[in-house]
Amino acid sequence: MAQQLRPSKPADKQSKIDWSRRQEAENFAETVKLFRQGKIDPDMFRRFRLQHGAYGTRMTDDYAMVRIKVPAGQVYPNQLEKIAQLSEMYSIGSAHFSTRENIQLHWVILEDVSEIMQSLSDVGMTSREACGNTVRNVMCSPMSGVCKDEIFDTTPYALAIARFMLRNPICQGLPRKFKFNFTCCEKHGMIRIVDVGLLPQIQEIDGEKRKGFKIFLGGGLGNRSFVGHQLEDFTPVEDLLYTSMAVIRIFDRMGDRKNLSRNRMRYLVNDLGWEKFQNLVLKERAVVKATQSVIVKLNIDDSVNEIQRPISVNDESASVPDGYARWEKTNVEKQSQSGFNSVFIGLEAGDITANQLRSVAEIIRDYSAEGFARNGFSQNIVIRYVHDDDLKSMYSRLIENGLAKTGSLTMASAVGCSGTTSCNLALTNSHRLAKEVQRKFLELNYDEDDDLKDSTIKISGCPNSCGQHQIATIGFYGGGGRHGTDMFPNYTMSLGGKFDEDAMLGHHTARVPVKRIIPVILKIIELFKENKQSDDTLAKWIDRVVSGNESSKITGVDDIKKAIAPLIVPPNVEDEPDFYMDYGSDTNYHTVTGKGECAA
Amino acid sequence: MCCMIDSDIPIINSKLLREKIQENSIRIVDVRREQEYQQGHITNSVNLPLAKLLADDSSESIQKIAQDLGISDETPAVIYDDTFGALSSRVVWALQYIGHKDVKLLDVTFSQWKDLGYEISTEVPEIETATHSVKINSEIMATAEYLEKVKENKNVVIIDNRERLNYLEQHIPGAINIPYRTLASDGKILRTKEGMKTLLKNRGISEDAEIITYCGSVGTLSGLAYYALKSIGVPNVKLYVHSFKEWKSLEKPIDKQENANYWDLSAE
Ligand code: HEM
Ligand code: SF4
Repeated sequence: MAQQLRPSKPADKQSKIDWSRRQEAENFAETVKLFRQGKIDPDMFRRFRLQHGAYGTRMTDDYAMVRIKVPAGQVYPNQLEKIAQLSEMYSIGSAHFSTRENIQLHWVILEDVSEIMQSLSDVGMTSREACGNTVRNVMCSPMSGVCKDEIFDTTPYALAIARFMLRNPICQGLPRKFKFNFTCCEKHGMIRIVDVGLLPQIQEIDGEKRKGFKIFLGGGLGNRSFVGHQLEDFTPVEDLLYTSMAVIRIFDRMGDRKNLSRNRMRYLVNDLGWEKFQNLVLKERAVVKATQSVIVKLNIDDSVNEIQRPISVNDESASVPDGYARWEKTNVEKQSQSGFNSVFIGLEAGDITANQLRSVAEIIRDYSAEGFARNGFSQNIVIRYVHDDDLKSMYSRLIENGLAKTGSLTMASAVGCSGTTSCNLALTNSHRLAKEVQRKFLELNYDEDDDLKDSTIKISGCPNSCGQHQIATIGFYGGGGRHGTDMFPNYTMSLGGKFDEDAMLGHHTARVPVKRIIPVILKIIELFKENKQSDDTLAKWIDRVVSGNESSKITGVDDIKKAIAPLIVPPNVEDEPDFYMDYGSDTNYHTVTGKGECAA
Repeated sequence: MCCMIDSDIPIINSKLLREKIQENSIRIVDVRREQEYQQGHITNSVNLPLAKLLADDSSESIQKIAQDLGISDETPAVIYDDTFGALSSRVVWALQYIGHKDVKLLDVTFSQWKDLGYEISTEVPEIETATHSVKINSEIMATAEYLEKVKENKNVVIIDNRERLNYLEQHIPGAINIPYRTLASDGKILRTKEGMKTLLKNRGISEDAEIITYCGSVGTLSGLAYYALKSIGVPNVKLYVHSFKEWKSLEKPIDKQENANYWDLSAE
């Protein structure tokens, strides 16, 4: 509270777009009251709640999880400060950065949600359509605008689509949720595992350079996952809106509204067959174009962001802080703009305290020449436009605030969904497991190992894939195992998932008891080290193993299975009681789940 | 006596206090540690480290403290701290408990006062001891025994003011959770009256209810809630002074949010 009274630094950048609508907060409060009085049907209330960005919480009706949308991941210092305050007032004193660039507040009392919505309006944010059968947060690569391999910055297009879809009547009752991802290049975005993925392209037509996209449709992760199909060679930017509307209209009309477990658009694409679906989209687009009575246009703000380096905070005399080299190597990416860097702030499974959020806000003001931050794809924050000369001083500031965890850009930063910390459907504590894996990797200095750099570990607490385990080099999803009459948390491990241009879902390889996951990962790394080629990486090696193209001692998944088999045999309860407990729990494991809202 | 100490105004506006600082008719009490007080305090304030009050909170002891600070039955008192009002509310409560009528919180903390550029000083004002009576105000006190007796009553609302995770892990059965942070607003130790009322309304808490607040151990965080509720005119508010620490040591029943690992969401 005190800091609000201190004179704020000049030129604090604020979001140009106000995503909020103030009346929605009051309306929400009223509706909660009617629901509590039994005057609204629970199913109707649930749809309403989700439409406004509030999920249910594990085993209780008293609490909600509020998902704050951050379109294109673009987040401003005053917004982070507001969320810090809200997390202390209404949540657990920590907030969560999600894999889809949202920021979440957990364990919020349902009756307090409207106050959060109200306060979010003060800083132009909304949770509207963050859940439910709507167009979810429109993502954009955190490197868009600074990526060395990008063709043009897609951020303005991502923001324009987000703006067009939010509260748009055509998106209020889709058969199921709908996701857009924009990227800078194949490597930095996840365009093939969403309903609509967009990669920037330039095409020269009659000597004139035209901006456009490669559009991928019908991908998605879940109980059954699919990789998206490319619609056409090139879609000019003028057709972006028409194409998006065409796809949404087809989905709205033909999507399966009955069978809740298979109503994402990818199932429709799969059922019709790609070619048929593709034709439908192209035809529909022609109709949309021809029948627009008023010309609908995207509101694209193409103005250039002001880049102004804050007063240099660099202290020449300062010595290089301990651990700097390791941090720089594993958390900093050079930008296409010379002299500038993007700094990745690693969090444990996306969690951050209120005080750390305030520090991040201050650090953005002091170090970022663009004056805001971008949420990443792996539960992290990216502060961009940091000058070469300021990196060391920034590192010191990050250390002071517990924000200098190394390995953000490496395999060490494991992703874990909410799991049993808050999710109704969870079977295991995937969230804590991700933290344990990360801690182990950092303890072993694996973040510094170049062989591991391009690999990922992602963990879901049940088959629903919120942790995106299928696109991880080593992925896990939770379940229950049994030895005699005793249950233990048992994860299914998949190997070789990828989300780039060769997007592929991981191969189910083995079931691994939770307390053996770390040893099994270490064993796989050991096998790799023994059998790798000179310029190999773990990801490449696993790729060869799962596709049967590896010629060393390990020729396929079966050899890995054999090698880890001794590790995954359940001991007797008396010999190792800990084996039968999940992380974060001191009692024997049993599965408990509540009513899921995934299809809501 | 000055107008601002009108008992309708629940909390002292820092701007007004500034104007009144020089008047010897009010007593400003700083409840931070002695050392902090010595390094600078609001001009003309006297020091009462909270620990001194907590060391013995019998009514005789509170009476003596008031008298030593020059607070008579009639002296308007204004209390502040640097801890979002929690420590000072506990002092307010203690004075009200022995029957003092005119005691209020300052609306900002010491740091905020300083940041506003208002008067501070290192000088310790002369204190003339006063006489204070003891007329126990039992209406505002809840004991474990009392709480246990009334907690099932329909008109009783028990509020736990600890942070959410502590509450989820264990709380008095039937208690609802309003973390102390919820009571503040931007730059002020308390919400506006309207903001407080909205919070209660959303939560379905009637202002006519008998409200009992508690927190972790000595009734500071819940003291702030007690004060916040009183300040908007809720008539029947009690502080369970010895709070959850005592409740547990007496092995009274405890409720828990089961089957969820919420602690693992915290980045602490
Ligand atoms: C059958 C039900 C569900 C399915 C199929 C599902 C699917 C997904 C998928 C695929 C993602 C990955 C993000 C992406 O698309 O790239 C995701 C993210 C997420 N989902 Fe779900 N979801 C379901 C239910 C739930 C429930 C009940 C919750 C808990 C309230 C939940 C919480 C989350 C969270 C928190 C994320 C972001 C991950 C993170 O960073 O923590 N999901 N979901
Ligand atoms: S993957 Fe399962 S456990 Fe994890 S958040 Fe999704 S539904 Fe919950």
